[in-house]
Parts: sequence; structure tokens; C-alpha cells
Amino acid sequence: MTKSELIEAVAEKTKMTKSSAEMVVNAVFDTMAEALEQGKGIEIRGFGSFTVRSYRAYSGRNPRTGAAVEVTPKRLPFFRVGKEMKQQVNEAPLPDKKSTPPEPHKA
Amino acid sequence: MTKADLVDGVYGKVGGFSKKEAADAVEAVFDIMKATLAKGEQVKVSGFGNFTVRHKARRTGRNPQTGAPIVIAERNVLTFKPSQVLRARLNPGRK
Repeated sequence: MTKSELIEAVAEKTKMTKSSAEMVVNAVFDTMAEALEQGKGIEIRGFGSFTVRSYRAYSGRNPRTGAAVEVTPKRLPFFRVGKEMKQQVNEAPLPDKKSTPPEPHKA
Repeated sequence: MTKADLVDGVYGKVGGFSKKEAADAVEAVFDIMKATLAKGEQVKVSGFGNFTVRHKARRTGRNPQTGAPIVIAERNVLTFKPSQVLRARLNPGRK
């Protein structure tokens, strides 16, 4: 599901117009991003929570060339799955594959 | 930030809705995301990040305290990968 499919589903569920649903969905993720920018965590009951983790500088390597690179300090959002969501996902059928494997060739 | 704060934020950003309508819409967003992920389908939110259900095979782990081997059953887990846009927003001025 992409963001535009999410927007369509929200429009259908709430009987909003698609353009209203689009504004709401964008506002939801923008509000969440703003909180994270301010270093604030987000807790959505039944879904999960986001926290901001800070990482100090370290020297890493370019995995392709092996060249040493200095990685500057950074902040990353970290998602922790909520209990209810964790259980539902675990009962889910096989997750999407990146791509479906091709049918084996018949001789 | 709780869901109520999120509703306030959305209400402040989008005009033409009552607080109740904003709350219902926010609720719908998470209900739909939850239902989609519960089917094992991923949710991709451009500009924010992707939520993906991944399958983990059964493996043998160890109790770190006693060293006793334990079987970790196969399972599905939900992972979140933040988009480059969100990463950049959290790190203004970083190369």
C-alpha cells in the first residue's frame, strides 16, 4: 500500500473527499515528523511508538570499496511495534516478497 | 506525543473540519495501516518511511545468562525504515 492508496482508503472509510483525505493524511505524517524533529517521541496505542535515537560519530567503511569514511553524529527515528500490532503481524500470512520468484523452468 | 496531540496537530493544520472529524480521520489512518500490515502487506509512506512485515526463520538462540540453547520460533516482525526525507529533517545541516 502506498500513500495514495492509503488516502483513497481513508476517503472511503470516512466518506471524505479524496482531496480532504489527502490533506489529513499529509498532516498526520507531517505532525509526526515535526514531533520527531523536536526530539519528541510519539506513542500510538495499539500500533507502536517512535523515539529519536542519537548516534555519535564513528568511522565506517564504504561496503563496496572498503574505503574508510567518517560518519558524523546523527539522529534517527526508531520504531517500536506495539503489543497488539506485533501479535497481529505475527498471525499474518506470508509477508510481501520484494519480488515474486519466477516459475521454475520446465525441461 | 499521543494520538490526542496528533489530532490537535492535524486539526490545527487542516481547516474545514471539526475536531471530531479530525479525530475520526486520524483513527481511520491507523486502522487502515494496521489492517493492511495484519494482512502481511507493506505500507509505504513517501516522505516518511516504509512499514514492512518481514518473515524470520526459526533459529536457535541462547539464554545469555546461562548459555542454554533455546529455539526461537519462526515469526513475522514489523520493521520501519525511515525515508531519506525524514532522516534529513532530523539532521539539519548534516552533509
